[in-house]
Amino acid sequence: MTELLLVFPDPAPPLLAQTLDLSGVRWKSVGNAAIAMQYEPVDGWTGAVVCADDDPEGAFTLCRTLRKGDSRVESILLLITGAQLHDLEHREDLFDDFCLTPFHPKEFEARLRHLMFRAGRAGSPEVASYGDLVLNFETYQAAVNGKPLDLTYMEYELLKFFVTHPGKVFTREQLLSRVWGYEYYGGARTVDVHVRRLRAKLGEENANLIQTVRSVGYRFGQSRWLGATPPREA
Amino acid sequence: MERQNEYVLRTVEERGVRFVRLWFTDVLGFLKSVEITPAELQTALEEGITFDGSTIEGYSRIQESDMLARPDANTFELLPTDEGETVMARMFCDISAYSSEPFGGDPRGVLKRNLERAREKGFTFFVGPEMEFFYFRSGGTVEPLDSAGYFDLTAHDLGSRLRKQTVLRLEAMGIPVEYSFHENGPSQHEIDLRYTDALEMADNVMTFRLIAKEVAADNGVYATFMPKPITGAFGSGMHTHVSLFEGDVNAFHDPGDEYGLSKVAKHFIAGLLVHASEICAITNQWVNSYKRLIPGYEAPVYKCWARNNRSALVRVPISKTGKNESSRIEFRAPDPACNPYLAFSLILAAGLRGIEEGYDLPPEATDNIYALTDEERLVEGIGSLPGSLRDALDAMEHSQLVKEALGDHVFENFLVNKRREWADYKADVTPFEIARYLGTL
Repeated sequence: MTELLLVFPDPAPPLLAQTLDLSGVRWKSVGNAAIAMQYEPVDGWTGAVVCADDDPEGAFTLCRTLRKGDSRVESILLLITGAQLHDLEHREDLFDDFCLTPFHPKEFEARLRHLMFRAGRAGSPEVASYGDLVLNFETYQAAVNGKPLDLTYMEYELLKFFVTHPGKVFTREQLLSRVWGYEYYGGARTVDVHVRRLRAKLGEENANLIQTVRSVGYRFGQSRWLGATPPREA
Repeated sequence: MERQNEYVLRTVEERGVRFVRLWFTDVLGFLKSVEITPAELQTALEEGITFDGSTIEGYSRIQESDMLARPDANTFELLPTDEGETVMARMFCDISAYSSEPFGGDPRGVLKRNLERAREKGFTFFVGPEMEFFYFRSGGTVEPLDSAGYFDLTAHDLGSRLRKQTVLRLEAMGIPVEYSFHENGPSQHEIDLRYTDALEMADNVMTFRLIAKEVAADNGVYATFMPKPITGAFGSGMHTHVSLFEGDVNAFHDPGDEYGLSKVAKHFIAGLLVHASEICAITNQWVNSYKRLIPGYEAPVYKCWARNNRSALVRVPISKTGKNESSRIEFRAPDPACNPYLAFSLILAAGLRGIEEGYDLPPEATDNIYALTDEERLVEGIGSLPGSLRDALDAMEHSQLVKEALGDHVFENFLVNKRREWADYKADVTPFEIARYLGTL
C-alpha cells in the first residue's frame, strides 16, 4: 500500500485529523517542504490537504514548492477561512480545489474524493495491510494469514488507525481523541485495555505489532528511524 | 452510533452469524437473553426490541409491562464456537420504558448513572475482580471433583483443565485474565480478571459466569458461585480491586506517602469503611453470603483496613515501585454471586462520599483483629459487618447513600425481594436443627 496523503501543518488540526482517519485514507502531516521531501513515498504523494488558516505564508510556500519540484503533487485541496478568500487572488495555480473552514466533514470528504477521482487515484483505499495482517475497510473485517479476527467495533477502529499510521508513536490522549473522540467512560486508560485485548486477539506471533513505548504511548509496526531497536515491554 | 451499527450489520453478514443474543440483567444479577436473527437486527439496533418486563425480577408492574431493550453496539462480540458450529454473537442492552426514558430498574443503567457522577468529578472508575468458584459433580449435591482426597491426581486435573479452557474462551472474547489457580477449598478455583473500566467489567463478570458454567456443563460437571457451599471450608469471594483515574493519572497514587496512597485513596477507603454495612446487602445479597463472612476463613468480618492482614475489609496491596498505575485498594467483602452492576455502583458511591465529605482514614489495623475481644475492638472503634442478610437489609433500608445510588425503583424492589427471601429462610427448619435438637429435646 503506497497511497499516502500529505497534510499541512504538523500536527494537523484535530478535527481534520479525525475526519481523515474516519474516511480511511492514509496520511502524514508535515511542517514544511523539506520534511515533505524527506517523507515522500517512492511513487509520490497521492495528493495534499493544505490548511492555510493558521499559517497562510507557510501554506502557500508549501503549495508553490509542491507545484514546482521534481515530484509534483497533482492534487491540492486548500482549506481556508472565509476571511482569507481574497488571498486566493493570483494564486489560482497553487491549488485544485478549496474548502472553507470550519468545514463540514461530509463536504470535506466529498471534495477530497472528487479531487482524487479526477487525478485518477482512489481517495479511500478499501484494503490496508501490514505483514500478515489485512484490513478490509469496506466490509469492516480484519484477518491474519487469511484467518478472520473477532473484533469489537472499537478494537476494529483502533487497529484500523494503527494500520493506517504505521511507525508513528501516539500518546494515549491522542489515540483517545482520534479513535474514540472522548465519548467514553474509561478515559485514557481505556486505550491500554483495548491494546491488551487487540494483542490477545492478534495472537502470540503478531502481538508485538503494537509496541508499548515507555512513558509515551504506543506504536504500530517498525519505527521509522532506521536502526532503532523497538522497545520491548518488560 | 451509525458507524457502530453498520459495523455490527456488516460483521454479521460477513461472518455468517445466524443468531444474535441480546443480553440484559435482572435486579438480582441473573443474565437474561433474547435471541434474534440477522433479519431483525437492523430494527433492533435502530429502535430496540419490545419485551414483557413484568416477567423479569425487579422490573415493572403488569400495567406498565412493555419495555424496550436497546442493544449497545459497542459490546457486539462473537461468541466462541468450535469449527462447524452455528456462529452466534452477543450484545448487552440498555433498558428503557416505552416512553424511551432510561428505565430505573435496569442495573446497567444504574451503574452508568453512577459512573457519570464520577466523571463529573473528573474520575474514571477501574475495577479488577478476583472470581472464586467451585466445581461440583452436579448442581444437586455438594460433591467436589477432588473430594476423593488430595492424592486423586486425575480428578484434580479435570478442574485445572476446565479452568484453563475457561481462561482460553475468555481471552478469545477479549476478556484478559491476570492469574488463575487452584484455591484453598476442595475443587475451588480462582480466575482474576485484568482490570478495566467498571461498566465493561460488570459486562465481563456476567460473561465470565456464563462461560465458566458452560465450560463445566460441556464437561459434565457443575460450576457454582454460591458464596459458601461447604461447611468448614473456605467460601468464594469476589475480592474487588478498585482505583480511580484522572485522565492518564492514577488518582490513588502518591509516591511521597508512607503507604503510597494519595488523599483521594484514603478518603475513598474511609468511605468504604463508614458505609460498608449499608452496601453489604448488595455486595453480599444472599442468606448464604453471611455464612462466608465469619472469622477463620480469610473472609472479612471487621470494618478496618491494613496492608498485609487478609482478614481486613480493605487491603492495600504493596504497589511495585515506579508503577503508579498499579496503585489500588482491594475491597474484600463482595462475593461472586452479587449483581456486579449494583455492587460496583455502591462501592463507587461509598468511596466518592468519603472523598466529597473528606472522611478521615482511621489508623491501620496491625494486630490480628480476630484475637481481640469485642470490648477491645470497640475501644479501637472497629465495628463488624452485618451478621445476617436481615441485619444487612436493616442497615441498607436506612441508608440515604444507597437509596440515591440505586435509585428508588431498584432500592424498593430489592428490599421487597430480599425481605421475602429472609422470611422464607426463617420459616425453614434446617438440617442443623434436626441434627442438634431432635435427639435431645
